[in-house]
Parts: sequence; C-alpha cells; structure tokens
Amino acid sequence: MRIFDPHIHMTSRTTDDYQAMAAAGIAAVVEPAFWLGQPRTSVGSFVDYFSSLIGWERFRASQFGIRHHCTIGLNPKEANDLSVRDEVLAVMPRYLEKDGVVAVGEIGFDSMTAAEEEAFVDQLAIAREHELPVLVHTPHRNKEAGTRRTLELLEEADFPPGQAVVDHNNELTVAMVLESGCWAGFSIYPFTKMDEHRMVRILEEHGLERMLVNSAADWGISDPLKVAKTVAAMQDAGFSDDDVDRLVWRNPVEFFGQSGRLELDEVEYDRAETFAGSSVLRGERVET
Amino acid sequence: MTEIEPLVDHDTIRNALDARAQEQLDALTTEVAGDATRLGRTFPAAARRTGRGPLPGADGVLVEDAVRVLLVQVAARSLDPDALLAELREVYRYGDSDEKRAVLHALSGAPEEVDGSDLVLDALRTNDTRLVAAAMGPHSDRLDDDSWRQGVLKCLFTGVPVASVTGLARRADRELAEMVQRYRREREAAGRDVPLDVQVVLDACAASPEQPQQTRHEQKDL
Repeated sequence: MRIFDPHIHMTSRTTDDYQAMAAAGIAAVVEPAFWLGQPRTSVGSFVDYFSSLIGWERFRASQFGIRHHCTIGLNPKEANDLSVRDEVLAVMPRYLEKDGVVAVGEIGFDSMTAAEEEAFVDQLAIAREHELPVLVHTPHRNKEAGTRRTLELLEEADFPPGQAVVDHNNELTVAMVLESGCWAGFSIYPFTKMDEHRMVRILEEHGLERMLVNSAADWGISDPLKVAKTVAAMQDAGFSDDDVDRLVWRNPVEFFGQSGRLELDEVEYDRAETFAGSSVLRGERVET
Repeated sequence: MTEIEPLVDHDTIRNALDARAQEQLDALTTEVAGDATRLGRTFPAAARRTGRGPLPGADGVLVEDAVRVLLVQVAARSLDPDALLAELREVYRYGDSDEKRAVLHALSGAPEEVDGSDLVLDALRTNDTRLVAAAMGPHSDRLDDDSWRQGVLKCLFTGVPVASVTGLARRADRELAEMVQRYRREREAAGRDVPLDVQVVLDACAASPEQPQQTRHEQKDL
C-alpha cells in the first residue's frame, strides 16, 4: 500500500516519526508552511523557515525514503501582524518558483479579521501568477461561517475551484465545500477536529471524489500515522483496495499534480544509507 | 568577462535532452545571455524545464547540475569576477539544496579571481551529504588547512566518500592523520565499525610529502 499524507508539519516531528511513517507505507508528504506555535517577529525567521522546507526537511525525509514537498504562504494568524506581513508577501515569489513547492498555503482564516481576508485575497492572486493551487486553512472557532466566507472569496476572485483545497472540514462543512467544486480536506486528530471512524461515515455519505485525508501532525497532540489508521478503518468498513488507493494516493497526486512539481519517482536510497549518510542522528554515521 | 568551466560541455548536455527540453535549454541560455541578472530567476526552474537524473555520457554527473552550471557559465561571460560572485552568493542564499549544490559545482570551475570559499564553508556547516560532497570538490583548494582538514573529517563522519575530496593526496598531512587516528580510536572504543575510508585517508597522509611523525602513543596504536 502506498500512502500520500497531503498535510503534515514534519519540521516539528522526530526521526522516530519518519521511521514509523515509512514502515506504515507513507511514501510522499506535503508540508504546508504554517505558524510555529508562537509568533515570529521578523521576516528573517520566515525566510529561514521557507528555506528549511525546501532544504533540510526535504533531505531529512529523503533519508527515510519519503518524498517531501511543501507549500509556501503567509498563514492566517501571522497575517494579522502588519509589521511582518508585507515583507513576507514580498519574499514569497522567490520560493514559489522552487522545485517541490506544490501550492500556496496555508492561507485563509483564523479569527476572520479584515487583515486575514486581505492577505487571503492577495495570496489567491499570487497563486494565479505562479500557476499554483492553494491550500486553505479553515478556523477552529466559528468554522462554518469561516468556511462559507472562504468559499465566497474564492468565487469572487474567480479562483478555479478545482485548484483549491479547503482543509480541516467536518460534518457541517463538507457539503458546501464539495458543492463549490473545491477539494475537501480532513485532518484526522487523536481528540479534536475529526477521527477516522467519523471520517469513514463521511466517505460513505459523500464518496471519494475531491476528498483528501491528512494527519496535519505538528507540534501539538497529533499522530503522523492517522492517514494509515484511516485506511485501516476504511478496510474494516468494507472499502476496496482501489478505493483506498484512490483516497490516499491518487487523489493527492491529482490535486497537487496540478502544480507540475510533484516528484514521485522512487526515492533513490539504499537501506544501508538510510540512517548512515544523513547525519540525522546527531550528524554522525550510524552503522546498520 | 569571467570564464567558468562547465561540468559538461554544452553539446553533450543538449544531445542528451529530448526536443522539448532542448528548446527549454536554448530559451534558458538565451535569457541569461541577454541579461546575466536573470540567473537567479532561471535557476529554480532549470531542472523541471530540462531534466534531472544521471546525464548519459557523463559519469556521475546529473542533468540538473550540468544545466545549472552551464547557465552560470553563460551569465559569467558578461560579469566581472566580483559581480559574478555577488550573483552566485544571492542564488546560493535563496537556493534549495539542488541549487546550492550547483553553485558549488560552478565555483569548482571558476578562475583564481573568484573566491567563493565562504559558500564552501557554509555548505560544510550543513549536514546535507550532497552539499558536503560538492563543497570538498576543486574549490576546496581555497580553504585554509584547518578548514580543509575539518572538511575531510566531516566526510568520514557523515559517510561522504573521500574519493570526492579534491587534493587528498596533495594536502593530507600529519595533523590530518592525527585527527583521523583520534576519530578511529573513538569508534573502536565505542565498539563500532571503522569506515573503510579512514584507512584511505591515513594512507594518503602517510604517502604525502610531509610524512606523519608518529608519537609513541600512536605508534602503539598503529
């Protein structure tokens, strides 16, 4: 089985996670640029973060046979900080041209402020310039209203719905997102947002078309194996192997493939080098 | 105005590409020939517009590296050494790992007046083995002895084959031998395998013009 986790923040995860993910069949990931748990105070922190997403993190993943892609964007929380916003937006185009950058994101709403809305609309235009899809975060609070406003803004901007994934959906938002023509993302969490059994019921009701399932694992309580666990729940519920492959591989490939920048050829690594060449374990060669 | 030696000559690269990629290569080189400051804009997309992976007819060279170094060669023709170095620093600063590696390869074919040793040192501070390997190519000649020895040790430490180190036979000296011996003893004390390349480096040190003077302590060890 091959699994593509279309939303996971590997920068916050350990090499144990990479090992467990590879063992569970995860062969490709997309790491969206987001906030780091506390606000950044200068554009330089963003630049180094973006650089690590296209540099060190990509290399780290490759040591475990996992293809790492990313999205670049100004996240909704920090869009409210006017002291960094314009500088971040100005430096983004440089990164949006890079190999392996498969969308603009995460963008969208956190507290539904005017500043968030402005940054969202600006970044929709930037995505169009760079011919990239967008990955849209929806708020944890007031999710239904935030999702509705997100869809209105996408339509007002005349953004092609097939090139937008609206993420972190639940039972109350899924129908409106699918009706809009956008892709619907679901973050499967240990306690919040959505769990794998609720997810299976949603799939039974709404089908597999334009659906994406992710772990959204980050520095909070989260589980990088949630996509694999959703697969198990689907199998228990009677979904076929082809259904599973469609949801956790072909769908993300179809969505992010629109960037023209997915690289899914087998990662060339030999098992002996998996832990050896990397120096991921304190920079030192480890015999296997 | 500045002559950069390409990794692989233009015709070999072009012949290895299909018609679509050839067209893209021509467009990229024309763009940079017209305006050398376009280097930074052409670098990121160079691989996806032309190709990637092993270049047929060039042992161990990747298409993406060969194309990017070719772009540097074209840009360099209209830049003096200082201006070229400024461009390369900018491309390296904002480059992904592949772009950074290509800059290091380009420096390896640079004339005396172009000194990018600051970029080589930056690459040696990373733990990305592809960058470490490229950093220890011909441009590592610009490093002082201390930095160069640390680079060799880092290769042993991270598993980068020392075959990729330029000037090993020429620069290996007693001090390097002592560093490598200490590294070997550390591995042995921990009950771990000693990489085969450790002996390769020690042999180079022993054969270098400056013979390693063994201390009594090390004599016992050898």
